[in-house]
Formats: sequence, C-alpha cells, structure tokens
Amino acid sequence: MNEPLRSDPPGYATAWLARIRRERARRRWRVLAALLACLLAGVVLTLMLGQSLTPLVTVLRVLGGADVPEAEFIVRELRLPRAVISALSGICFGLGGVAFQTMLRNPLASPDIIGISTGASAAAVFAIVVLSLSGPAVSIVAVVAGLGVALAIYALSWREGVTGARLVLVGIGLAAMLQSFTAYLLTRAPSWSLQEALRWMTGSVNGVQLEQALPLLVALLLFGGLLLSRSRDLETLRMGDDIAAGLGVRLTATRVIVIVAAVGLVAFATAVAGPVAFVAFLSGPIAARLTSRNGSLLIPSALVGALLVLLGDYAGQFLLPARYPVGIVTGVLGAPYLVYLIIRDNKSGGAL
Amino acid sequence: MSSPSLLVHDLMAGYGERAVLDDIHLTIPPGRNTAIVGANACGKSTLLRTLSRLLVPEHGKVLLDGHSIHRLPARRLAQQLGLLPQSPIAPEGITVLDLVSRGRHPHQGLFARWSATDETAVAEALEATHTTELAERAVEELSGGQRQRVWIAMALAQQTGILLLDEPTTFLDINHQIEVLDLLTDLNRERGTTIVMVLHDLNLAARYADVLVAMAKGRIYGTGTPETVLTQQMVQEVFGLASRIIEDPVTGKPMMIPLGRHVASQVAIGP
Repeated sequence: MNEPLRSDPPGYATAWLARIRRERARRRWRVLAALLACLLAGVVLTLMLGQSLTPLVTVLRVLGGADVPEAEFIVRELRLPRAVISALSGICFGLGGVAFQTMLRNPLASPDIIGISTGASAAAVFAIVVLSLSGPAVSIVAVVAGLGVALAIYALSWREGVTGARLVLVGIGLAAMLQSFTAYLLTRAPSWSLQEALRWMTGSVNGVQLEQALPLLVALLLFGGLLLSRSRDLETLRMGDDIAAGLGVRLTATRVIVIVAAVGLVAFATAVAGPVAFVAFLSGPIAARLTSRNGSLLIPSALVGALLVLLGDYAGQFLLPARYPVGIVTGVLGAPYLVYLIIRDNKSGGAL
Repeated sequence: MSSPSLLVHDLMAGYGERAVLDDIHLTIPPGRNTAIVGANACGKSTLLRTLSRLLVPEHGKVLLDGHSIHRLPARRLAQQLGLLPQSPIAPEGITVLDLVSRGRHPHQGLFARWSATDETAVAEALEATHTTELAERAVEELSGGQRQRVWIAMALAQQTGILLLDEPTTFLDINHQIEVLDLLTDLNRERGTTIVMVLHDLNLAARYADVLVAMAKGRIYGTGTPETVLTQQMVQEVFGLASRIIEDPVTGKPMMIPLGRHVASQVAIGP
C-alpha cells in the first residue's frame, strides 16, 4: 500500500474483471432461464392436471382453438383463467414487493406487511359491497386506496425523515385496522359465499374470468415497465440515500416513481385476486437466494411471485385434504419466514 | 482532468428550524487538498453535505465552475463532484466489484451498456486502492481498512474532479488512517483531484492538507495554510483546549500537543 498510485492498470486486470462480469452475467441468465422454464412448466402442468388428467396434446389443441368438446370447458373455462391470473398477479406482487423492500432496505417493508395490499383489498370490498361497482372501476378504487395508504404510512411515520423500522411498525398497525374494516364490510354482504369472502381476506383465484387478465396485463406493462426503467437507480439506492444522491440518483423522483409503480402493480393484482398473503413479501428474498444477489432482483422476483401463486393455488386445490384458496397456502409458507426475520433482527439489534 | 472550482457564497443552512451554518464564505482551491477541522457539532459535516447538495441551504449559493449546484442536473453534478459520507454501510451480500462499479452510475445513460471505458475506470480504481485481488469478495467480510479502501475505490471510479470525504479515517487503526490519507494525497498529486475532507485529528490534518478550514459554532473561524491556521489561539478558541504547537521534527509541519488539566497546571503560562 506504500507504492504510488498506478493510474494504468495492467491489461490483464481489466480482462480479468471483464471475465468475472461475463461469468456472473451467464450465471444470472441461467437462473432466469431456469425460473422461466419452471413457470412455463407450471402453467402447462396446471392446465393438464386437476380432477382429471388432460393430455398435453389435448391442452395444446384447445389453446390452439381446436374443437375438443370433452376438454374445452375444463381447460379453457376452468384452468386457463386460473393459470393466467395466477401468473400475472404473482408477477405483480413479486415486482411490487421487491421494489418496496429494496427501496426501504428492509425485507419487512413489503406492501402486504405494511398494509398496502390490505388497503387495496378493503377498498375493493367497499367498492363492490357499498358502491356496487364492478370491473375496472374496482381496480381504480383499489389503486387510489393503495396510494392513499402508502401516503398515510409515510405521513404517520414522518419525524424529520422516515426510518424503515418506524414505517414498518406504522404499516403493520394500519394493516390490522384495514383488515378489520374489510371483515366488517364482509359481514354486511350476507349473500357472499365463504370462498368470496376469503378472496378479500387472504386472496384467492377461485372463479376468476379470463377477461380480468386484460387490465392486469395493461397494468403490468405500464407500471412494470416504469419500475424496470428505474432498476439501476433502485440498485444504487441500496447503498444508502447519501451515496445514491452522490452518484446522481434523484432521490425524490425515484421514490415517487417506485412507490406509484409498485402500489399500482400490487393494487391491480389485489383487485383481481385479493391480497394473496405474503407473495410480495416472500418473492424478493427467495429470488435473492436463488440469484446469490447477482444483479437487479426485479425480474427474478417477478418470476418467483408467479410461481408462488401458481403452485400455491394448485396445492390448495388438489394437494391438500380440503380445498383452500391460494392465500391460505402462501400464508402458511410466509409466516415462518416472518417470524424468522423478526427473531434475526431482534438478535442483531438491527433494522427493527 | 482539470479540477472545477467550488465556491461558497453567503451560505446559511440547517435542519428545520435550527440553523447550523451561518454566513459561510469559502473558496475551495482547485487541485489542492483541503481539510475541514473543528469541534463536534460545529457544522463540519453539514458544510460538506451542503457542498454536495445533500442539504439545500436556507439561503446563499454553492457554485461549481460558476453554476449553482442546485440548478445542475443530478447526473451532471455527480460526474464532477464525488462524495463519500461518514461510515457508509454496504448492502448485504454485495461484492467489491459490484460496489466499485456503482461509481460508474453517473456516467451511464438509461439504456447504456457497460462500456470499455467503465471497465477501465473500475480497474484503475481497484488498482489504485490495491483492492483488485478482493474484487470477488463480499464487502461485509472485509476488515475496516479494506472496506474503507473499497469505498474510496468506488469514489475513484466515479472519476470526478472534486472528491468530498466526511471523516474518511474514522474507526481505522493508525496504520490504516495513514494508508487512506496517503492514497488521497496520491490522487491529489497525480490526477490533480481536488480533495475536501472533514478530519478529526488536527495533526493529521496539518500534515496532509494544503489548506485548513477551522470551523466554530457554524461559522468559519479561519482559513489558510496549516502554519497560519493551526495556532495555540485557534485551538483554544475553537476547541477550548490549552495546547502547545511545535514543529513536527519529520515534516516541519505544525504539530499540536494538548496540555490537559494535569499538565497545564505544571507548565507555566505558554511561551
């Protein structure tokens, strides 16, 4: 360390760094390709499997538009909408969750823990039960409510700046309040089935229609694209606000864009599938393990989210003794991780 | 790389109601090494935060080459002025190479790919801080001294004409403190980078800086060469400490010996 500053590094050093980078990029692509393959396989399998087995060829023929009377209803009306909505809403939850977790540098700060999904869900129920709305109008009410909750959390946890821990605690409080509001509204809708009520409490893709996929897809393209355009700024934000600002990240603009995009994604998905428990919360950390924290987590987390909802719903329908909505399955998966995080942070005296 | 000039005019800044800085006029000499010294809570860090636009002043201006830094696009500013805050925390699991590569953020557009220029800048930064062989390690596994070198490497990869550092030697052993200050001196001498650093240790500041800025109670107490600024009177008025200033036998720079209560009672009134 006492030699003077060498301003031109030997060529092999540059070449070596470039090789490390190429190797890491290759590893990342391999993980992404594997996740994508799993997702496609998952979609195809859930189209084939159910109460009865539909052969792959028949599934493909139905999807291709052929007339197959014995399988058409099952595949096109029952299984396809479920699979498509599961995958799309999972992608939305995965993206929205990891965006919040990355921006606030806290795995607990995911929209389903801090009340944003709960708020969107409560608003959707309010729109349906009290305002008698349906379709896209419900989604819009949910998005507005989601943004409102995000704003409320931010305002309530503001004290000369916002720390992740305070925001999480305020959010958990709000989530509990909104959850009981949803429960109250549901008691006023006696004509609803238990299944329908469960959608708004824990999330479910029971009885979804293929038409519902379109607004979800539009939201995904719009908000997802917005979020991906901020991917590098988001990664730089992980270094802390001061460093990120020093590196030329516009903090306020980036935060606003990320919050609007993530809330939009989560709220649109919630308006269709309900607040599917813990998918937003789990996707990012799982994606981080799978990619060994190599590059941006947005896309890996989106794929993990889709897989979670898809497989969770399949397990809830066919692998368990009774039929459960997807939110109950993902809830059971997510709860131990939540407990683990709280214990870990407690021990290290860290973020919370 | 010619260093841009940095000028502070009639600055007042603070947090909320509380004004921390008042009536600050300061010219940072381009291509030199400036150290800001002063007692705790005198506004040193606040001044550095205002210089780097982390804090918006109540009134007054910070001019970079004659342009107000608060009007410059964030990315343009970050291409000319780098900042290393006090004890930054690396994100969990990040590797040295990833962290140092972040320094290229202001040089990359929305869709720009990683270029050969970026790679060379990172390789140079790693080489200069002797961290090349750590490239694949996780930052959290490194020792304090290594970690600080990696952060400085990130700032070097940013390739700015001005580098601001808030206490770059805190929590480091004396050998690592010297290592970091030597590195900054190299950077200043060989690339002409303007260095502005907040330092706690007066003797290290006097030894390494070309210009000392002494601050007290949110104002500039004095500016100049270490010989003119580091005086017994300054130490008394800024730090409230009785001292002797002697000539460092090795470098000839001024060196401060604190007297302390027990010694002060034994020595007669100073020379």
